[in-house]
Amino acid sequence: MLTFENVTKIYSGNKKAVNNLNLEIEKGEFICFIGPSGCGKTTSMKMVNRLIEPTEGRILIDGKDIMKQNRVQMRREIGYVIQQIGLFPHMTISENITLVPKLLQWSKDNRRERAKELIKLVNLPEEYLDRYPQELSGGQQQRIGVLRALASNPPLILMDEPFGALDPITRDGLQEEFKNLQRKLGKTIVFVTHDMDEAIKLADRIVIMRDGEIVQVDTPDEILRNPANEFVESFIGKERLIQTRPDVKTVGQIMNKIPATVHKEETLSTAIQRMKEKRVDSLLVIGEDQTLEGYIDVEDIEENRKKSTLVGEIVETELYRVKEDSLIRDTIQKMLRRHTKYVPVVDDDNRLKGIVTRATLADLVYESIWGDEDDN
Amino acid sequence: MDALIQFFQEQGSTLALKTWEHLYISLIAVLLGILVAVPVGILLTRFERAADTVIRIISIIQTFPSLAILAFFIPILGVGKVPAIVALFFYSMLPILRNTYIGIKNTDKNLLEAGRGMGMTNAQLIFSVELPLAIPVIMAGIRVSTVYLIGWATLASFVGAGGLGDFIFDGLNLYQPELILAGAIPSTILALLADFILGRIETKLTPTTRSAQQETA
Repeated sequence: MLTFENVTKIYSGNKKAVNNLNLEIEKGEFICFIGPSGCGKTTSMKMVNRLIEPTEGRILIDGKDIMKQNRVQMRREIGYVIQQIGLFPHMTISENITLVPKLLQWSKDNRRERAKELIKLVNLPEEYLDRYPQELSGGQQQRIGVLRALASNPPLILMDEPFGALDPITRDGLQEEFKNLQRKLGKTIVFVTHDMDEAIKLADRIVIMRDGEIVQVDTPDEILRNPANEFVESFIGKERLIQTRPDVKTVGQIMNKIPATVHKEETLSTAIQRMKEKRVDSLLVIGEDQTLEGYIDVEDIEENRKKSTLVGEIVETELYRVKEDSLIRDTIQKMLRRHTKYVPVVDDDNRLKGIVTRATLADLVYESIWGDEDDN
Repeated sequence: MDALIQFFQEQGSTLALKTWEHLYISLIAVLLGILVAVPVGILLTRFERAADTVIRIISIIQTFPSLAILAFFIPILGVGKVPAIVALFFYSMLPILRNTYIGIKNTDKNLLEAGRGMGMTNAQLIFSVELPLAIPVIMAGIRVSTVYLIGWATLASFVGAGGLGDFIFDGLNLYQPELILAGAIPSTILALLADFILGRIETKLTPTTRSAQQETA
């Protein structure tokens, strides 16, 4: 419903605020523009209602070029919420909410009706309609700011860091409330923010920008899972990557590919020898073609060294194993629950591919936290 | 006391007439000033580059000695009330213009952006956002202007415009201090009265930003 076609904005002094932006936004989509200050996210948004006019390229709403429409008329059909709330201090809440309907010349009764309807959406009492903005708290004011954008029921709403000026607790509540509202009303939202948490929480798709260009456009999950480059990674932040890494990576990516093994046809003394070399207390037992048979540990050998000579005779076959594409998160949970020290990784034909040990997990956590610093 | 009664018996009707003339000259000049300076002030906020120059020119006019200005208009407009009103009008301009300009210019930029973004036209922004919010500042300019003008209007008598200045000049010429007082005191009272009334008007025009319920609370 909203299309950016090769949109470029050049401010005086040849500074390219937005460079060749291409983006297609679907109806009902919640899009967050995010990036460091000066990345062109706000400029991109303000070009939609022509508070800033593009230098080159076209912006289409429902296929219609915005530059060919009456600017004032067009703005009335797009909701707009700004960070500083911008409620008119000399108008009552009711007058503020129904400003656009008034511009559209709705009757007084209709406007009042609409104001009552809207204030219910955010669970504020109807008495507030006759109060003035400064008599409300910041959070309440911004609720009204959002309602004002909804008043004439526009299909598209632009929001410029609307919750940025609020305290964290209020902001959290309001985000929640607003996301629900958006789902319920099916509005298309273009939302500018510099807060990644906010974007992840609210957006259907996130547009990450830098220096006037799009770096990555994707769902929050996909961005967390596959950051396009280091910039995106650093922008998402290390803490978030740690949180997501166990969720998104598979066992195959972190396993130790050369586990300590012994063939079932080998002797117990060979097995002991290998344990000593590798400094481990158990070995995975493999058969023909790397098939995983089970394991033996040092106690088994100790107990049976008089009776048996071959590994295959005493192998313990009761063994929990995982597939290469298992999620790390699940694997960790299972390891912890079963108190096992390691889990062998196999393919579909039960061939041994590698092993995940507690040491592997320690490495993973270490990399997430300090890995980047080691690179430098 | 007797002297006062005697004065009112002899000069009462003249005093009333002069006071009326005085008020009439000052108020017409202020009204003209408002009619011109407020729109120009608003206009200047739309042409920032011209604003400085225009305000500077008007400030310079303000520094001309008032007597000189009054005298200056005699060859052009002759004597009487017209040159006096024109000269005073020029004086009234500066405070009103400057305050209008500053008042409008200081409107919270966020409000303008919100308004514009929601589809208010320029005129709608001026009349339903900028002007109402700038009223206190603009009215302060008008009050200052009016009080000054009522004082300066005494000089209008110099170009034959009448007003309370006539008493003062007669008093000076005839060396009768009571006549000077007869001009000065009513003119001061007029100024105070005008300021008071304009203050009431200001309160009336200033938009409310608190609900009645909260005010009493």
